[in-house]
Amino acid sequence: MLLLVQYTLIFASVLSLVALGGCFSEHSGVINLGLEGIMVIGALGGALMMRYAPAGIPAFVMVLLVLLAAILAGMLFSALLAVACINFKADQTIVGTALNMLGLAAATVFVKAINTAANPDDVSSTIQYVEQKKAFLVNINGFEFNWFMLIALLMLVLAYIILYKTRFGLRLMACGEHPQAADSVGINVYKMRWSGVLISGMLGGLGGICYILAGVSEWKFENGVAGFGFLSLAVMIFGQWKPTRIGLAALLFGFFRALSNVYFGFPGLVALNIPGSVYNMMPYIISLIVLAFTSRNSRAPKAEGIPYEKGMR
Amino acid sequence: MKKNILKNSAVQSLIASLICIFLGLLIGYIVLLFINPTGAWGAITAVVKNFFNYSRANLQSKNFGNTLVKTAPLLMCALSVLFAYKVGLFNIGAAGQYVAGVCASIYAALAWGWGWFPCMLLAIVAGAALGAIVGFLKSSLNVNEVISGIMLNWIGLYLTNMLLTTVKESTSPYTLHLKNENPASILPSLGLDKLFNGNGYVSLALPLSVLLAIAVAVVLNRTKFGYELKATGNNKNAAKYCGMAERRNIILTLVIAGALAGLGGALLYLTDYEQWQCTTSAVPSMGFNGIAATFLGGLDPIGTIFSSYFIQHITSGGAYVDKTMYSSQISDLISSIIIYLCGFVLFIKYAINSGIAKSEEKKAKKLAAASEEGGDK
Repeated sequence: MLLLVQYTLIFASVLSLVALGGCFSEHSGVINLGLEGIMVIGALGGALMMRYAPAGIPAFVMVLLVLLAAILAGMLFSALLAVACINFKADQTIVGTALNMLGLAAATVFVKAINTAANPDDVSSTIQYVEQKKAFLVNINGFEFNWFMLIALLMLVLAYIILYKTRFGLRLMACGEHPQAADSVGINVYKMRWSGVLISGMLGGLGGICYILAGVSEWKFENGVAGFGFLSLAVMIFGQWKPTRIGLAALLFGFFRALSNVYFGFPGLVALNIPGSVYNMMPYIISLIVLAFTSRNSRAPKAEGIPYEKGMR
Repeated sequence: MKKNILKNSAVQSLIASLICIFLGLLIGYIVLLFINPTGAWGAITAVVKNFFNYSRANLQSKNFGNTLVKTAPLLMCALSVLFAYKVGLFNIGAAGQYVAGVCASIYAALAWGWGWFPCMLLAIVAGAALGAIVGFLKSSLNVNEVISGIMLNWIGLYLTNMLLTTVKESTSPYTLHLKNENPASILPSLGLDKLFNGNGYVSLALPLSVLLAIAVAVVLNRTKFGYELKATGNNKNAAKYCGMAERRNIILTLVIAGALAGLGGALLYLTDYEQWQCTTSAVPSMGFNGIAATFLGGLDPIGTIFSSYFIQHITSGGAYVDKTMYSSQISDLISSIIIYLCGFVLFIKYAINSGIAKSEEKKAKKLAAASEEGGDK
């Protein structure tokens, strides 16, 4: 039971971090379908930092360095989306999809190159971080507390404050609702959209490293992040683009994702004799059902997906 | 005045695609240089040469055949994405519809012993069914087709793994060979194998997929049905106002798109060229490469035939890079860079057009100045 709670919380942290990223990007008016790719690249940044950080540094410094690496990698990668969609007015769906493929392919090529250079017989795309991972965990009576749970909670609170209580957040949302009106009162729409996308890159990168630290201690980059970027978008839609609701939605989705990790620990569930694949499918099925019920009255930012052109009405 | 050939939008698309390919290969080369400068040129030429890496003619033609075997399903996935895109829908679910086609065709062939034709039909139905779910969710419940498509990709993948485990070899995770179990389910080769040095995997799939590309072009550009679909894509409300059944059209579009991708799955796996691995943990890249082919082909069904071949050519070419330095995924990297660059196609066309406009303006000014001078005298 404790294990279920633990996994639910950690997966919910991943989902809420990435969903908040999507939330910032969409509130500024850019649909970020590339979150999946951003997660992979963020995870890559963090994993490389864990691999190359000198052994024996204090846990706190380690956590900080890994977080910074993931954030930086995610932001740099999201800049590709921002350049194409904001400055060159490219189709946001195509570019987002391209980023997903690019992130996966780049990470695989990169990790394989590193592994092969270190050991010519090693052609895998796996990075191990058994020891380094311990820096993120605190054991409380059998419950493995992960610092990311706290970070996700902080980010939820922070996102709420930034979006609703600061000038920056309100201006950001104005750019996603009616950019022409925002421009007319002197807000630089391009700059606001750039910030929205970069914040989503930062949170996406954090979510990525959090995901590969949840439960496992090595990651095969060929596998990407198994649709988690898109599950996060579903969480965002279910959360109606609002941080508080995103937190709750993430808990629900996280629970179903956690079930597939721990269902064999529950005699009742094992007795049902359902194949493991069914539990693997759960989060995706749930998200389809949830989307079917919530999309009709969706409160998406009105101008999302439409490139902003100064002269246009 | 002579009409400027650059003004033709087909020519512009071709130029834009060539620019994307060139830049994609260039960036790929730079990445290779970055990883290991000594073998980079050899690796990038290996990718581009693909089957020309063999020096003997018979091996070349055999491997050319292998590339074509995988081009057919890729072309089907690309057509699926293209068909939906023309109606304003982004069918990222093509990957899952392709998997559904694979699942249905292999299962029918191995578990029920069906012949190739009914297997193919079942694959079409399976792909269409997934497409119908996306279409229904989109038209009736306003669910974003990209997100529902991705969710169905994963659901389809796990279902396929589950179902095909019942027809796999006992000692490996791969499904049984059709050749041994049920030869009647293998697509007829129509004598095409002789063209490729006896490569028996080359089959009906190739001409069929090209014919379907032409059919898609005809339906979209020459029929009332295609016109209605495109009108729905351009403006749903206007289409409804004109008396078109816009909800039906959205569902129908995704059903057709799903059928195309589902058929793609059958066209590869009913040749017995590959067997499904029942422990597959990622959605196959075929459907996603289809997106690359669609946009590289300039969103034109005929152009897509060539771009599908190109994408498959470099994907197969990736197998020939020197594995002690690089990995074969370098070709995935190149195709994803190409898709990214395809996002800039509108901008490239805009740049070409504004370039033409500027030079014409200059000419007109010169002409006007010349005639004024003439008038003074």
